[in-house]
Amino acid sequence: MLAHILQNLPQVLIDGLTLGVVYAVVAIGYTMVYGILELINFAHGDVFMTGAFIGAIVLFLLMGMGFLSAMPALIVFLIVIVIAAIATGMLGVGIERVAYRPLRRKNAPKLIALITSIGISFVLEDAVRFIAELKTGNYIVTAPSMFNHKFNVDVHSVIPFFNNATFQASFLLVLIVTVVMLVSLDLFVNKTKWGMAMRAVAQDRDTASLMTINVNRVISVTFFIGSALGGATGVLFMIQYGTIDPYIGFILGIKAFTAAVLGGIGNIRGAMFGGVMLGLLEMFAAANLSVITHGAMGAEYKDVFAFIILILVLIFKPEGLFGKAVVEKV
Amino acid sequence: MTDTTANHFLEVNKIDSFYSQIQALDGIDLFIDKGEIVTLIGSNGAGKSTTLKSISGQVRPKKGSIIFEGKEITKNQAHQTALLGIAQVPEGRRIFPRLSVRENLQIGAFSVKDKNVIAERIERVFTYFPRLKERLNQKGGTMSGGEQQMLAIGRALMMKPKLLMLDEPSMGLAPIIVEQIFDIIKEMNKEGMTILLVEQNAYQALQIADRGYVIQTGQIVLNGKGGELMKNEQVREAYLA
Repeated sequence: MLAHILQNLPQVLIDGLTLGVVYAVVAIGYTMVYGILELINFAHGDVFMTGAFIGAIVLFLLMGMGFLSAMPALIVFLIVIVIAAIATGMLGVGIERVAYRPLRRKNAPKLIALITSIGISFVLEDAVRFIAELKTGNYIVTAPSMFNHKFNVDVHSVIPFFNNATFQASFLLVLIVTVVMLVSLDLFVNKTKWGMAMRAVAQDRDTASLMTINVNRVISVTFFIGSALGGATGVLFMIQYGTIDPYIGFILGIKAFTAAVLGGIGNIRGAMFGGVMLGLLEMFAAANLSVITHGAMGAEYKDVFAFIILILVLIFKPEGLFGKAVVEKV
Repeated sequence: MTDTTANHFLEVNKIDSFYSQIQALDGIDLFIDKGEIVTLIGSNGAGKSTTLKSISGQVRPKKGSIIFEGKEITKNQAHQTALLGIAQVPEGRRIFPRLSVRENLQIGAFSVKDKNVIAERIERVFTYFPRLKERLNQKGGTMSGGEQQMLAIGRALMMKPKLLMLDEPSMGLAPIIVEQIFDIIKEMNKEGMTILLVEQNAYQALQIADRGYVIQTGQIVLNGKGGELMKNEQVREAYLA
């Protein structure tokens, strides 16, 4: 059994990392909004999904105009991801303006905002489905394949008890782009004036407003960044996995949210770590569950395995791995 | 004695403010002239903090008007009023607990673009509160109450306000620290800062104030020179006993 687990480790690491960084970036969207508004924005998974579809539309348009053959694929990819990010960023800002801000102004209970976010989630899913069916006759869309060159990692000849692993060129793209996004976000939040304002608003909104900070504008910026990152990740998902449908945001969103909780909700670095950890656990389970359980459970039980680990972690550390135990103010 | 015709630095004209349905202020009338220390004293729940919050824009009055340097600011949002030069040191200090001391000071100068100016102002804050210099990289939440109060005042000074409003700066502090803080308030005033001081600690507040207002259940019941109020029978009985 151990031999099998070890043999597969290189491939598990590659696949787990790919999925994990996707979770990590989406998790950041949840954690940023929670940190600043104490709102679980359930629509965020669907902003990710919308990003994937906007990316697909832009890609098809560019293809129709002959760009795909005329330009290096990397340039096309950059155009697609930037457009999708800006569009989803604005979508996020719009959602906040239309749905959440009026509730905040009326001091509505947090539960109302939560229910609203679930409503927005359905609206986005159905709107995207409607448009996709109208244009293509099918809501499942297969993106033109890009970056599908396969690489073989010859681990075996270096360390004999590992099997060789393979990955697509898109894996590198996903990894590089997400790492760039994660590092830039971290620098933005911790080193810039607006990042500092964002942290101040998250810690004490009323007092932040006394510092000449326009709290609503900071909230808009937060939604823009979180949603743009989510939308860009949707594009990465489309390129890595090829097929998208309007419901990919639901499960992935819940997992990313779980990753955010695992890392300590509200904590950006925690969300990054939680996402990568969840991706690795899931892929580890997919590769090894049937061996571990002697065939009783197949790879399709990977989510159960991953979530049992999460529940165990949260039982012993309810505030999440990087969270602070909340002290109630008297 | 309330003068409604002349133009004062800050004028609060008959404001009513509410917390949801509960009326906290009932026709509050007061003014501050440039260079004064004015204190607002009263017991817990009398409406002192609500008055400050109405001026700073955290609470929007339902009636009445607030005029600062001739401009009406009654309906401003808090950040707009702050931009005009009114700083509020909130009750309970409200330091950003997970920002460092340096960041807490920097955020006070959020509206300032020039980094050199920000650095100069931090140095200026150190002249009042040298202790903060040793704690620059510490998280705000890990400091003692007295240090947090110094930081809260320092943070407000970072925006170089025209009017500094302090909400119970003595709350929860040891007498010796309170004395230090009041000395610094006096010093800042001598250097030209206009100050509105809200206090439960009436004795100390009246000692340094040019004028004072006594607030009771949302209304101003008395006003006068600091020294006069200190001798007033009613005030002595209610607040100085």
